[in-house]
This record gives sequence, C-alpha cells and structure tokens, in this order.
Amino acid sequence: MSNFEYASAPESTAILNIAPQYGLFIGGKFVDAKSQQFFPTINPATEKIISQISLATEVDVDIAVAAARGAYNKVWSKLSAAERGKYLFRIARILQERAREFAVLETLDNGKPIRESRDVDVPLSAAHFFYHAGWADKLSHAGFGTDPKPHGVVAQIIPWNFPLLMLAWKVAPALATGNTVVLKPAETTPMTALLFAEVCQQAGLPDGVVNIVTGDGSTGALLVNHPDVDKIAFTGSTSVGKAIARAVSGTKKSLTLELGGKAANIVFDDAPIDETVEGIVNGIFFNQGHVCCAGSRLLLQENISEQLLEKLKHRMSQIRVGDPMDKNTDLGAINSAEQLARINELANSGDAEGAQRWSPACELPTTGFWYPPTIFTGVTQAHRIAREEIFGPVLSVLTFRTPQEAIEKANNTPYGLSAGVWSDKGSRILWASQRLRAGVIWANTFNKFDPASPFGGYKESGWGREGGRHGLAAYVKGGK
Amino acid sequence: MIIDGSESSLRHFLGNLPAVDQVGADSRAAMLATRSIKNSSKKWAIDLAISMVDLTTLEGADTPGKVRALCTKAVRPDPMDSSVPSVGAVCVYNDMVKIARTQLDSIGGGAIHVAAVTTAFPSGRASIEVKRQDTQDAVDNGATEIDMVIDRGAFLSGNLGKVFDEIVLIKSLCGDRAHLKVILETGELVTYDNVRKASYLAMLAGADFIKTSTGKIAPAATAPVVLVMLEAVRDFYQLSGRRIGVKPAGGIRNTKDAIKQLVLVNETAGPEWLKPSLFRIGASALLNDLLMQRMKMREGFYSSPNYVTLD
Repeated sequence: MSNFEYASAPESTAILNIAPQYGLFIGGKFVDAKSQQFFPTINPATEKIISQISLATEVDVDIAVAAARGAYNKVWSKLSAAERGKYLFRIARILQERAREFAVLETLDNGKPIRESRDVDVPLSAAHFFYHAGWADKLSHAGFGTDPKPHGVVAQIIPWNFPLLMLAWKVAPALATGNTVVLKPAETTPMTALLFAEVCQQAGLPDGVVNIVTGDGSTGALLVNHPDVDKIAFTGSTSVGKAIARAVSGTKKSLTLELGGKAANIVFDDAPIDETVEGIVNGIFFNQGHVCCAGSRLLLQENISEQLLEKLKHRMSQIRVGDPMDKNTDLGAINSAEQLARINELANSGDAEGAQRWSPACELPTTGFWYPPTIFTGVTQAHRIAREEIFGPVLSVLTFRTPQEAIEKANNTPYGLSAGVWSDKGSRILWASQRLRAGVIWANTFNKFDPASPFGGYKESGWGREGGRHGLAAYVKGGK
Repeated sequence: MIIDGSESSLRHFLGNLPAVDQVGADSRAAMLATRSIKNSSKKWAIDLAISMVDLTTLEGADTPGKVRALCTKAVRPDPMDSSVPSVGAVCVYNDMVKIARTQLDSIGGGAIHVAAVTTAFPSGRASIEVKRQDTQDAVDNGATEIDMVIDRGAFLSGNLGKVFDEIVLIKSLCGDRAHLKVILETGELVTYDNVRKASYLAMLAGADFIKTSTGKIAPAATAPVVLVMLEAVRDFYQLSGRRIGVKPAGGIRNTKDAIKQLVLVNETAGPEWLKPSLFRIGASALLNDLLMQRMKMREGFYSSPNYVTLD
C-alpha cells in the first residue's frame, strides 16, 4: 500500500431481524392487509429485495382510521398529559437503545451512508421524541390558551428521504398534543416505520394510538380523502402537496405541508472560504441531495467564484462514493430507479441548455442506483436546473455582482424553504437574512436541524412549521 | 516573491487571508475523526505513524543516560521485532544534542535526525542574542532539525515584523545544515484566525515545518488546529510551489489519535504529505501505544505493557 486507502469498514447487518413479509400495524398489532397484495422494498445499493410489504387498500385504511378514532375516544384523550409524556420519553429511550439497529435498517432500505443514519437521522429522531415528551404536560404554557385541544385523528404521509426522522417529526408532536395517528411511510422506504411499530409495542403504547399503513400513492390518497380524519400532515413533492390541498379544500380538515425547495446558498467574497466549501458540500451532497432544503443553487460573488470553484472541485474529488454500509462512505445510493431517472433527465437538460457539467473521477458500483457528485457552472436563472428541484447530488452554480443582486436571484423562485448565507461580516448576514424569503436561513453553516427550531417554507415550499413551539401549533385546534 | 519582507507588506498579506469559521472548522475535524481505519489500512498507518514520531524528551531532569536510552529506542522501537521502522527524529534540549547524535551514529541510527528545541524554548522570552547563540550551539553540535518557538507576545501585540525577522534569522543560522520547524504554540494564540496567520507568517519567513505546540501548554495539537495548519500548507503550496511540513505535538498519546491525524493529513493537505519529511508527530508516550497496537494486529491479542520498553 503506498497511499492511505481506507480498507472497507462495513457495518454488520447481523443485528437486524427482518421478516420475509410485513402486515399493517393497526390497533397495536401487525395484521394482514385485506387486499392480500404485497410489493417489494429493495436495497437501492444492490437492488436486492429486503422484504415484501403489504399494500393497504380502502378497507384497510378504514380499519386503521377506526382504530385511531377508537383509541382517541376511549384511551388517549382520557389520559393525563403527564402520562402521555411518559410514553414519549419511553419511545425516545428505546430509539436510543436500538439506535444501531435503526441506523443499519435505514441505510439498507434508503441507501444513505451509515455515517449519516448513525450520526444524524437516528439521534435526531430520538431528540424529537425527547423534546416533545417535555412539551406534553406544558401545553398550557405554549401560548395556545390555557387548555389547548388536539384535533383527534391525524393522517401523516411521509417521504423516503429521511424515513425515520420524518416519522419522528410527525408522530412526536401529534402524540404530545394528544392526537392519535395513522401514518403512511413512503413506498420505497417502509422498513424503519415498521420497526418503529415494534418500538410502540415495546413501549406499551396503548393500542391504536399509532397505526402504520404501508402502500403507494393510492393509499395516501385514501387517507387524505377519508372522512373521519381531522388533520393531514404531508411531507413530499410540491405537486402532490397541491393535489392534497385541492382535495382538502372545503372540508373541516386542517392541513400542514412540507414541500419542495430550491435553496440559494449565497457566498459573499469575505466568506470563511474553507468552511464555506465544506458547507456547500454538506448543503448539496448530504443524503445524496435528497433533501428538500438542500442548498442546490450556489450563488457565488463573481470576484471569488474562480478561486472557490477550484477549492470546491478539489474537495469534491475527495468525496467517497459507494457502499452505504461502509462507515467511510460519504455519498450513498440514489433511493430508486425512478428518482435516478428524474435526476438524469434534469441534469441532461442542463447539458442541453448549455451549462458546463463537472464531476470528479469516481468509480460507481455496477448494481444499484448511483449518481456521481456533480456541479454545473455557467448556470443562469433561465436554466431548468436553476428552477426545478433535482433532489439529487447536482449543484447549479450561478454568480452575482452585488448583495442586492444576490437577494433578487435567491428570491426569484416559486420555492422558499431554506437559504444559506456565507460571510464573515455579521451585519451582512443580518441584512441578507431579513430579505431572503425562506423559512430557514443558515448563516455560515447548512443543513443543521434541532427539534427546538421550527422548520418550514414560504410560498410553494409549504404551509405550517414543524419543530419548536410553532410546530406544536399545527397539532392543536386553533393553534397559531 | 509573495511579500517584499517589509512589515507593511506582511501585514497586508496576513490581513487579507480568508477568515476561519470556528464552528465549521470544529465540525469538519469532528467529521474526519469518524473515519473507520481497519485491517490493512490500520497496519499501514501504524507503521507510517511510527516513522513519523519525533521521539521527545524535554525535561529538566534529562540526563545523558536517559537520552541515550531514548536514542536506542528510536533506532529500534521494538527490540524483538526488526520489521518495526525507526522513528523520524529524537527531539531534545540543546545541551543533549551531541550525546544524542553520537549515540545514534554508534548504533546505526545515522539516518535519524536530532531535533533541538531552541530560541529560549518553551517561552521564547529572551533577547535575540540569546536565541541566536542557542540555535548556533545546536547546529554546531550536530542538530539537523531546529524546533524554534515564535515570540507569541510580539505576535499578539501586533509586532509581526519582529516575529518574522526572528524566524528569518534562525533560518539563516540553520543554513543547509538543519531544517527549521517553527513552533506556533497555538494554545496561546487561541483563535483559528491567529493560527492561520501565524502559519503563513512562519512559512513566508522560511520555515520548513510548522509545529503546533511546545507540549508545555494545553490545549496543544487539537484536531481543528492541525486542520487549519494543513489547509495553510496546502494553499501555500499552490501559492509558492513549496511543500511545508506540519508537526502536531502534545496531547497525541494513543494510536487512535495518531491515525486521526493521518486521516486529517490525507483528506486535507493530501497524500503527498503522508511521509516523514512532511509530517511528524511530536510525542513520547505515543510510540509505546503504537507498538502495542502493532503487536495486537500481528498476534490477535493485547500484550501486557511489560512487552514494550520504557523510555
């Protein structure tokens, strides 16, 4: 060995105990779907089938909603807030105790690097339960009046990019405020939700408080349109979000949406340059770019763009792409063939519209779904890759001349989920963040999450907030 | 020529260096610390780390006997296993240089450098004449590496020219007989911005190596400090075409820490820096832990500390 080649350091999957097929989790038990239909969930890094998952159809969704309604009426709404909190604390502790199991399963099903599921997804999920456990008996001090009331039965539909973490973002505040839940995990990533069902059993959570129905978009639509659902919480694409908003309009259901984004990551010429390069990499290549708040539009001040791009390319050539289960992998597998096709389609439009593509030399595995870390330079506001959400490891680089121009370009998007500002000058950071129309603005960092910090978007990036006191508001009647 | 040597050009250059964001540097260093180095790469890294050790004794109680023992260990760290590489250098006080050189030469350690700490180590609080004499002595006695300290008081009070001139002077005394390592004592400079500035200042003045610490002040060679210094040597190479070495010293006591340092080098300055001529680790206790881990890799179990030699 002449160079420092890191020998493969794979995390063992021996800890997992995966059944060949899974039913639906309704009323505290795993039950067969009435449809008797299954669909496979696969490991996107190998395309091997992990397990067969039940497809919930109309009658299953009816049973699940009825279970949630029954649990709400008979048990959960009668429990004291402190008792509710105890269950949440218990779930949080079990998530910590079984952290390795969850991390390995998440990586297996989703394709994200084990380093991220181990260091980000799972610890943050536990943190969300701990945080909301604390709120359960303090809701009368949260600013929603002296005795805030839950909605009742909440339908929650979550995406495939952070399967367990999005579950935690949804389930923890719903339970803390006294709602019961019917959750539908994404079609391609149901595994950690099904493991979470086991955690609910282990925690002794009353039957029917959390119900998990697996399926595809049709299952989600059934949940959205179910007449006995009081509130819907959805995280996913803007197009589906719009369809849900249309379906819900005119009903009594309340709705929160966390949708897409095309975040501007603005770099001023006085930025701390090495840490900025790290932040850009983290902003777009974290989780293969499957992040709604990814910093997918890099806005560089023109006078430093050359120097910064050189450093960025150098740093990108060190990104370790490959086996997600290897502890040294930085960029894992694309979650599905469908998503890979979408990334390819948009990236090819970048070529066709005259932007310059660059990727470091890297060997991609031959099975599974992969995309190399990629940047496009010479991108303008008029390129599709500057406007549409790619949801992959593809960064569009634009330049600007003055701070005003940076803000105008950053805001010139139908989205408004997040933004980043890089500058060593505090006054410039404050000036820029006051003018950026985005729900989350990171200064000299990117993709930092905390359960106490509300997260959500402006414009077509969504309605409502998740996390913090603001996130609780969505789960109490009349909450603001 | 990057600067013309005047105080104003130095001030201008150092003032225009990009800032270091502390939170960002800390988190990058923490992320690199999660790299998992196993099996063949661990074996390789342990041997590389051994060859990079500057085996150090810098105590008031140092005696010729102690220094000779250290030199013997430097040549053959594990007397039972001749496949263990020799260390990079032994690092001693000025008055021990001749003893160390003689001992090394007499037991086949001619290739091992003797590094002497000079310029009123560790504080650097002495007149320039004393620092000159201190260094001249070391070089005359056969030191092939000089570990000088910068005047932190001058640096912190903004007297950059004084710091610069001292390094230039010491470098001229080293001539082509000795390599110059410049100790920044980052624990006293405190901020990463200062670490970056001092790194460039030392490189501009002619340092062959920049070194974190004396080992007498905590914190010493923390991962983010080494990261900032590695970024500096990487970027200085782009600027000047010269590769400057880096030497973390102080606080690196076990194999895990040493391997983390090598990962930092690999992913910051790059693999070109992964050799003893461009990266050293100043340590004393570290060598024994490297040897014990090496035995463990070979034999599959941990041996008692009695199987490695006392320094």
